[in-house]
Amino acid sequence: MQLWLIPILPLAGFLINGLFGRRFSKGLVNAFAIGSVVLAFLWVLKTLFGLGGLTAAYTEHYFTWIQSGALSVGCDFSVDRLTAVMLLVVTGIGSLIHIYAIGYMAHEGGYYRFFAYLNLFMFFMLTLVLAANYLVLFVGWEGVGLCSYLLIGFYFDKKIATDAGNKAFIVNRIGDFGFSLAMFLIFRQFGSFDFAHVFAQAPAAPVGLLTLIGILLMFGACGKSAQIPLYVWLPDAMAGPTPVSALIHAATMVTAGVYMTARSWVIYTHAPIAMDVIAYIGIATAFVAATIGLAQNDIKKVFAYSTVSQLGYMFVGVGCGAFSAGIYHLMTHAFFKALLFLGAGAVIHSLSGEQDMRQMGGLRAKIPWTFGVMLCASLAIAGFPFTSGFFSKDAILLAADHRAPWLYWVGVFTAGMTAFYVFRAFFMTFFGKYRGKEHPHESPPVMLIPLVILAGLSLVGGYLFKIPDFLRPVFPAVEAPEAFGPMAVASAAGLLGIALAYLMYVYRPGIPDSIASGAKGLYTLVYNKYFVDEIYDAAVVKPLVGGSRVVLWKGFDAGLIDGTVNGIGARAKGIGGVLRLAQSGNTRSYATWIAFGGVLVIFGMAAMIVLGGLR
Amino acid sequence: MMGHVPLSWFLMLSAVLFSLGVAGFIFRRNIITMFMSIELILNAVNLTFITFAYQRQQVAGHLLAFFVMVVAAAEAAVGLAIILTVFKNRETLNIDDLDSMKN
Amino acid sequence: MNLLLLVLLLPAAGFLIALALPRSSPASSRYWALAISLVTFLASLALLGWFDRSVAGDQLTVDLLWISSPEIRFHIAADGVSLWLVLLSTFLTPICVLISWNHIQSRVKEFYAFLLLLEVGLVGVFLAQDLFLFYVFWEVSLVPMYFLIGIWGHERRIYAAVKFFLYTMAGSVLMLAAIIYLYNRAGTFGYAAILDQLASGRLAFTAFEQMLLFLAFFVAFAIKVPLFPLHTWLPDAHVEAPTAGSVMLASVMLKMGTFGILHYALPLFPAAARRCAPWIAVLAIIGIIYGALVAMVQPNMKKLVAYSSVSHLGFVVLGIFSFTQIGLDGAVYQMLNHGITTGALFALVGLMYDRRHSLAIEDYGGVATAAPWLSTVFLITTLASIGLPLLNNFVGEFLVLQGAALANFKWAIWAALGVILSACYMLWMYQRVFYGELKDAVRSHMPDLNLREWAVVVPLIAMMVWMGVYSKSFLDPVGKTTARVLEQTQVNVPYRVDLRGPASTEVSRAR
Repeated sequence: MQLWLIPILPLAGFLINGLFGRRFSKGLVNAFAIGSVVLAFLWVLKTLFGLGGLTAAYTEHYFTWIQSGALSVGCDFSVDRLTAVMLLVVTGIGSLIHIYAIGYMAHEGGYYRFFAYLNLFMFFMLTLVLAANYLVLFVGWEGVGLCSYLLIGFYFDKKIATDAGNKAFIVNRIGDFGFSLAMFLIFRQFGSFDFAHVFAQAPAAPVGLLTLIGILLMFGACGKSAQIPLYVWLPDAMAGPTPVSALIHAATMVTAGVYMTARSWVIYTHAPIAMDVIAYIGIATAFVAATIGLAQNDIKKVFAYSTVSQLGYMFVGVGCGAFSAGIYHLMTHAFFKALLFLGAGAVIHSLSGEQDMRQMGGLRAKIPWTFGVMLCASLAIAGFPFTSGFFSKDAILLAADHRAPWLYWVGVFTAGMTAFYVFRAFFMTFFGKYRGKEHPHESPPVMLIPLVILAGLSLVGGYLFKIPDFLRPVFPAVEAPEAFGPMAVASAAGLLGIALAYLMYVYRPGIPDSIASGAKGLYTLVYNKYFVDEIYDAAVVKPLVGGSRVVLWKGFDAGLIDGTVNGIGARAKGIGGVLRLAQSGNTRSYATWIAFGGVLVIFGMAAMIVLGGLR
Repeated sequence: MMGHVPLSWFLMLSAVLFSLGVAGFIFRRNIITMFMSIELILNAVNLTFITFAYQRQQVAGHLLAFFVMVVAAAEAAVGLAIILTVFKNRETLNIDDLDSMKN
Repeated sequence: MNLLLLVLLLPAAGFLIALALPRSSPASSRYWALAISLVTFLASLALLGWFDRSVAGDQLTVDLLWISSPEIRFHIAADGVSLWLVLLSTFLTPICVLISWNHIQSRVKEFYAFLLLLEVGLVGVFLAQDLFLFYVFWEVSLVPMYFLIGIWGHERRIYAAVKFFLYTMAGSVLMLAAIIYLYNRAGTFGYAAILDQLASGRLAFTAFEQMLLFLAFFVAFAIKVPLFPLHTWLPDAHVEAPTAGSVMLASVMLKMGTFGILHYALPLFPAAARRCAPWIAVLAIIGIIYGALVAMVQPNMKKLVAYSSVSHLGFVVLGIFSFTQIGLDGAVYQMLNHGITTGALFALVGLMYDRRHSLAIEDYGGVATAAPWLSTVFLITTLASIGLPLLNNFVGEFLVLQGAALANFKWAIWAALGVILSACYMLWMYQRVFYGELKDAVRSHMPDLNLREWAVVVPLIAMMVWMGVYSKSFLDPVGKTTARVLEQTQVNVPYRVDLRGPASTEVSRAR
């Protein structure tokens, strides 16, 4: 079925635009960049129709990538229903965001570079989801990290952007450390990286090892999907252009961790402790990130922490064994979070770059289309009944309830907070009086059309695409029964959050300030994101750099080792200096020494003859 | 004639000549004098060779003496050339002034 | 005419003719060096065609009597590892000629003559099959590098050159002693003959003897690698060397050490090697982490890359002493990768030095605005160096780590930390040099790549991608040879160790 065409098309777009884009007109750049992604989307559709029901995985082998002894890694692509969902999300949302970016980036420098990077990202992301073994998945995994680095640092003359890029790459590398160790263990145990091979043998493997593999894999996923303790890079990543935030840091790349853990479900179902760890980390992240989101004033930062929080939900789903619910939420989240970011981008665009919500307000009448789509997205993320977020979040919460009630209750409370902070942002932006100085203007149609499509998906996508049913052949059956009670409670929490936000930011706008001054310590803590960045900096980065400079380099390398070596040299020179005194340069003194030596030899011989008995 | 003179006399003469040469080489400062001292040393050694060759009635001693003479001639040629060059460059024949190898 | 002989004699002839060229016309020296190095490279490419990939042993042998007493033979041959290292040398020499084109303005004729002599020495080291001949080439390669650093280097070049020379000499004297001892025992300098005697049991060492001989060889090689803590000559030599010197030093000369370990130290003294393996692996891992940490705080680009070499070569040594097929393959691959990637890094830093006349990171900033293509190429090389998949280093690092994980999982954990750190120091440097606001001093001194420089970087980038995407074309012959080495280090163990005392327990552990 020529699966390779799917990632190769964007790669071609990257190469063409990257090599020659500088000389192209914007139209030509658009043609290659958007054309390649849309073609990939169409090819995905054609492939999926051609493959029919897809009850079993369909695999293609292209060439052997690495071959050494018993280790053989092929460049293999494979499609099953899980991959199909991911392919559609990535190429579908990707196409929409590419189109949106035409309008958003119209006045930016480095236009061709932006689209080249975006295409490269599509290539790696598609490789990631198509991979039929861990190593090829790792190719995509690292590759999307690279593109994320490049796009966060897109405005590379700004130090804050490149700092954020470095941070993203390095924190991801720390996660990849776990991922690679997991791969080494997988090969040690199973002798292969192929999914089919590994998962067929996994049930027979020792539980302790599977648990270790599972936790290490999860550590990798924590890096990519911004979970505690490695979530710190994602909020900073908002330094990139907004379409990047939508595509990479909300809809697709950050969900790769969820995809990877779901893909490894066989390992996890045989390692219950690892699953518990995932669920705990997920719920902790969901909760902590939501609290931070309550106090942020930068509109993109709010959504960034919201993304971290929602990814936590997906982890809860996976950790509770409801893999399909995790993927379900992954998809709906891709709809509404992409829309939230793109809508925020439209707001920022209309205000010529303003991101602080305190400088917004009352935009409802000025940019009505944006207002409308943002409302759809906010409702969806708040879990308003029968929007897409409602279905997927409920699926996760039901599974959590089935696993452990406290997980469920924390989840519900977090859902309330989510509704609150999203509508806080919504009300601060669109209601009240306009507080800024710029003149807001509605976005061009090329930006609005993708927004409207996404708005539709956010509202009805959960109902249209019943992912748990579709993924039934892939994952083990979820035992959690459909229960009305928990569902109603979760929805009520969401509605309560919305109502509270309305009360505090529209009806009585004075309340937030009084709360902030009332609980000053807590507010400062949350506003400063619990000082996690500062703690990491003081506990890890500073000692590492300082220690390397002072102790290792100046002390050990230059001081001890070089000191020893040069010391040996100096000693040798010193000895030579003493011996050198004999070389006076005076010929007659040399002659005296020779004569003296000669006499000594003669006397020595004489003595030997005498002592030896005159022989 | 030789028979009347004891062998040791020849050796003594040789030793005296040799010692004079060594002393001249060590104590004189003029390069030419030092050079002549070396010739003296060589001739003292030659005398010893001849003496022993005579005593043992073997030709090897004569042979070595000729060798030494040839070497001495060659040395004289090269050495004098060097001394001339030194004098041209330094305008001195005092050996103590010629210690540029020291540093 | 045997092709190997041709590959060895072409640069030798080139060297002699380069000496005869008129000093008054530096251009003639440049064009001559370029021509002869390209012809040599083509000849070595032909080697690839003649090389039989299905054979594990030595090929294309030339065996002539050189000195009759003691019998020293001019015996050269290629196997699956040395083939690639020879190609690496011949591939990089024309590149070095090109990057020195404007960089070297004084004593041009001598410079290129030395460069060609260096090529002779390096190719010879990889091909020699006679221990004495090997030693001769080993020393021959030392001399031109000494002069390259000492004559055409930067401010502290004399210090660096002498340090480089003495360090290497200290090791190679030990090796010479061991070679002479081997000759006294075996009665021949022929490497194959000695291995034969060892395998058949006609030559056997006590465990103590074997350990001393192994250490004598190993220290000589470890200094060259350089293995922590014998590495301090490397940063000085690199910083002071001219660009071409740095490239050849990092890309090829360091491989003399790792090649020596793989090709001589392991098959000759397998029991001692296995006994030392845990210690050496620990040193390699310390080198990986230590090199990366020290690289992170360097204010000088070349020094940073030099310390990163210490880190990368640690991977090679770790792979070798994992004693697994995967680890050995990875080690050899990593040798080639490091040759390409670090060579490219030094070349690019050299190009930037040509423009801005500074190696200090703080003197740069915003280069990406002024010279976008240079920045792009540098970025690709940086990414290769930090082991991004689809670029060459990833394959090598991955295989080495996997091999280490099979041998001892703890090694893999520690060594994988080096992969994190490599991203830290390289990206941090890249940020400070290329990103940020464009400084005025950079703006006026930073033209983008010209045609000659493109000719330097394009082959290197192409190799990075090719080696990263389709490693099979390189790993096939390598795997055959490493499998043979592995077999030699296993099969020969019982014959070689006298089975008394602690050595016998060593054998059982080695199996």
